Amino acid sequence: MALKDATLRLKSGEVHALLGENGAGKSTLMNVLGGALTPDSGDIRIGGEPVMFKTPHDAIRRGVAVIHQEMALATDLTVAENIFLGRLPARINWRNMRRKAKALIERLGFEISPGATVSDLSVAHQQVVEIAKALSLNARVVVFDEPTAVLSTQDAERLLSVIRQLREDGVGVVYISHRLDEVFRIADRVTVLKDGVSIDTLNAAETSVNGVIELMVGRKLSAIFGEDVPREIGEVALKVNNLGAEGRVTPLSFELRRGEILGFGGLVGAGRTDLVRMIFGADRAQTGHIEVFGKEHRMRTPRAGVRAGLGLVPESRKDQGVLLDFPIRTNVTMPRLGPVTAPFGFIRFGAEAQTVDGLAKALRLKANSTKDPVSSLSGGNQQKVVLAKWIHAEGEILIFDEPTRGVDVGAKTEIYTLIRQMAAEGKAIIVISSEHHELFGLCDRVLVMREGTLTGALMPDEYSEANLLKLAMS
Amino acid sequence: MSTNSPALKLPSMGSMINTYGTVLILIVLLIVAQAMSDVFLTQRNMFNILRQVTATGLMSIGMLLVILTRGIDLSVGSVAALGSVASATFVADMSPVMGVAATIGLGGLCGLASGILVGFLRLPPFVTTLAIMTIARGAALIMSQGQPIRMGADGASITAFGSGFWLGVPLPVILLIAAFVVAAIVLTFTRFGRLVKAIGSNEDAVRLSGINVQFYIISVYVISGMLAAAAGIVSTTRTGIGSANIGVGAELDAIAAVVIGGASLMGGRGNAINTFIGVFILGIIANLMNLAGVPGFYQQVFKGGIIIAAMLLQYGSTLVKR
Repeated sequence: MALKDATLRLKSGEVHALLGENGAGKSTLMNVLGGALTPDSGDIRIGGEPVMFKTPHDAIRRGVAVIHQEMALATDLTVAENIFLGRLPARINWRNMRRKAKALIERLGFEISPGATVSDLSVAHQQVVEIAKALSLNARVVVFDEPTAVLSTQDAERLLSVIRQLREDGVGVVYISHRLDEVFRIADRVTVLKDGVSIDTLNAAETSVNGVIELMVGRKLSAIFGEDVPREIGEVALKVNNLGAEGRVTPLSFELRRGEILGFGGLVGAGRTDLVRMIFGADRAQTGHIEVFGKEHRMRTPRAGVRAGLGLVPESRKDQGVLLDFPIRTNVTMPRLGPVTAPFGFIRFGAEAQTVDGLAKALRLKANSTKDPVSSLSGGNQQKVVLAKWIHAEGEILIFDEPTRGVDVGAKTEIYTLIRQMAAEGKAIIVISSEHHELFGLCDRVLVMREGTLTGALMPDEYSEANLLKLAMS
Repeated sequence: MSTNSPALKLPSMGSMINTYGTVLILIVLLIVAQAMSDVFLTQRNMFNILRQVTATGLMSIGMLLVILTRGIDLSVGSVAALGSVASATFVADMSPVMGVAATIGLGGLCGLASGILVGFLRLPPFVTTLAIMTIARGAALIMSQGQPIRMGADGASITAFGSGFWLGVPLPVILLIAAFVVAAIVLTFTRFGRLVKAIGSNEDAVRLSGINVQFYIISVYVISGMLAAAAGIVSTTRTGIGSANIGVGAELDAIAAVVIGGASLMGGRGNAINTFIGVFILGIIANLMNLAGVPGFYQQVFKGGIIIAAMLLQYGSTLVKR
């Protein structure tokens, strides 16, 4: 269940931030507000009057507009056509329509030709068109889902001023964003969601970024990451030289040492996943090569990566990390079947059980039996199965792409501890994360990427969301 | 995570049907058949059924492997025809052992072609094997010049296999059962079987575990080609004639057997024993209609209907829930 018990009270003329980690239920709540999902229980009231949204159209009629991250514009139509889409009269007065569209856009402080085709516009301008559409519908409630995620700093600033304008006009704005600094600049109040439950609603002035993070993850920041294990930074394990692929990653170089935890920050789509997939061999690089413990490799397949001692805990666990219907055992031994295979390819089931049971115990995997399918486990325990795979494979360089996505807080702490332990044992570790506090809490160094390019590095004394975003956005 | 103890969980009716559906269909059919005809359950008739399904059975093993990887091999019927013609030709030219080996090799080459196109070049299996199906049928017609090839005295050694017995059991039936036993062992106990199923379940995850997925995909098509050629040889040993016209529509029987056996066309799920039962069920249906004197054209209609009924029983429980 994505949303269990969420309450959100929105006043007119306020910007109300809705915060939570990935999977906390923000999108579900937004879809309920926008009429894309019908709730099983509870109700929505506007001005005290209960309303029922069965379709997005119902929501729009009641003055609730949702500006989605993936915009819902007809990209081949013009700006004016998009704004009035769905309400076009049988006989269109084009001049009148364009004039109205122009006025709406100007009210937002932008200049966009109403006759322009939407696909020719920048993402920021497309967003403005969406907002103009919402205004034309006389929306009393506008929900923004990560509106600045794809905008440049400059455009983001302009968008924020548009939102302030909406607030002054008496519109209630629900603002969903990962960028907490930004949230605190614009929001009057914040509601924190966790595991589908609204934990608390606070006045923005009375809380802080760290205070909100602690609510989001459900415990003190210091407790989430636990004690760091003393680690010794050793020899260079991985050397990436000019690795690149056109349109995805601009050739870049870096080094990673034994015992080190290296973070990668940046916006979604900044090329971090592309980069690690090339290092691992899942995708092919067009330029450059990597060195693993001084030996040059061209990773053409994941098999080459695994043989060189790399392991990848992929971003999408269910699609790429595990075989859900297969037993835990089968999953864990897959990257290195040698030790559990007898002559003629027969599986040594006894040895396999022993090996995997041992790993399950060491990782404190919560499962009745390692014979059970992975689908019977919680997200955090599924992630432990992926970890166990690479421990069994004796990987020396482990890459974690969003290691705690869809994992509850208790398991998060355990995964952080495991990552640190592995580093302490001399493994070299890369962590990609979109949760900034995760990078800052875990990593010795954070490299930042923007649009496929490495834009800089942060050392622990420079760790702050502002510094990271400065590098992550143009 | 669910908190109820698994010990208390009773299997639902739906999951029972999913697990034992194939066996259930078999039992129902056996009861019906016994009621309809008193010669049905004789040893002679049973061997008769099994002998008739030997070719389909061999093809269905290859088909099962391919389907487990989430593929499909439509070329098996045509490759069997090529195998039939090739074996009749080769046996006249070389020793029987060499002839059989060369024929199976030829089937393997057909499979290799499908495998490379599907595994390396990522073409969709359906269309790829459809093309190989046409090519193999054409090759069989070219090789035989459209005429049935009578082996005559040269083929005596292999026709002896087709009509031979060992301990009272027809040799082709022994071959069929042996092939299924090997398939069951490979699928249950070996790395190869495990990875074939794993690829069908989630190819990406297997690839990212460092497994050479292409090798396994190519392998299953090669095995399927070799078994289809073997099916063609078996047919030749029974009739003594190599023919380019056998095996028309046999790929559908093989697919039907695999599906009646509960395998998922979405890959990853299926086993050899149930596929064997699926083959047997198809054989019983044909046999029953012969015993009941149903005319040939009607048999096809009935067979299709019974396959649908079997599928409904297999999949119905999951469909109704939606």
